Amino acid sequence: MKNLESLMAAYLLVWGILFVYHLSVGRRLARLQDDVKRLKEKLGGA
Amino acid sequence: MNSRGNWASTLAVAALIGAAGYAALFLAPAERTMGLIQRIFYFHVPSAWTGFVAFFISFAASIAYLLRRRPKWDWLAVAGAEVGVAFFTCVLVTGPIWAKPVWGIWWTWDARLTSTFVLWILYLSYLILRSLVADPERRAVTSAVFGIFAFLDVPLVYFSIWWWRTQHPQPVIGRGGYLDARMYAVLFVCWAALLGVMALLIHHRYQLEALRYEVDEMSIEADRRS
Repeated sequence: MKNLESLMAAYLLVWGILFVYHLSVGRRLARLQDDVKRLKEKLGGA
Repeated sequence: MNSRGNWASTLAVAALIGAAGYAALFLAPAERTMGLIQRIFYFHVPSAWTGFVAFFISFAASIAYLLRRRPKWDWLAVAGAEVGVAFFTCVLVTGPIWAKPVWGIWWTWDARLTSTFVLWILYLSYLILRSLVADPERRAVTSAVFGIFAFLDVPLVYFSIWWWRTQHPQPVIGRGGYLDARMYAVLFVCWAALLGVMALLIHHRYQLEALRYEVDEMSIEADRRS
């Protein structure tokens, strides 16, 4: 099976890039949700 | 979208991804000259098409923002641009892996490859530009103008293989190209899967930008009160 490693590397990289990007959006979203919570507390307490 | 809708669409996209992977590896017929490595085609080409769609969404949203000045168009523009960059990263990574065994080189500065690389750099610059402008309205206007300018490279990338002699092969779809019917079917299943992924990513990225806007507004209010 010539070039099987290259083919697998290409497929894994495509899904890897998209998965890591999806994770990064999720992490940024979670951080902002924390910020919203903190700011709501601050504004509520003022 | 509610949480049940989110789950349903995520499951549908996951099923499409599974079908696309199976079809590309096992259902598509083997190509005679390149053999196994040609199967990169089923994700390389649809990644580029999906990236074009994402950049077009960003382009259309940028125009809508300049006309209407509603923040939601700016959120959509940045979502399309960032997701487009992710898909073009896939194109730029899978291209050389395919090129090495077929052309004997990883990369060459021909018109198609160079214009694709320039497109990726342009949209990366768009994202960097956004991070440099603090004022939300100025940031939205500046990036909308830059987003429209960046999109001008898309037709250049697409037509480069017709306009110039390139190392990159001529298209197999349209203008006299030929592709086996089963290869066509697999190609479109893979594209459908990537379009589904694009829709989910743009939806999440849009939500992120909407929340960032909310945080900015609340921070201004908190500063005003203190």
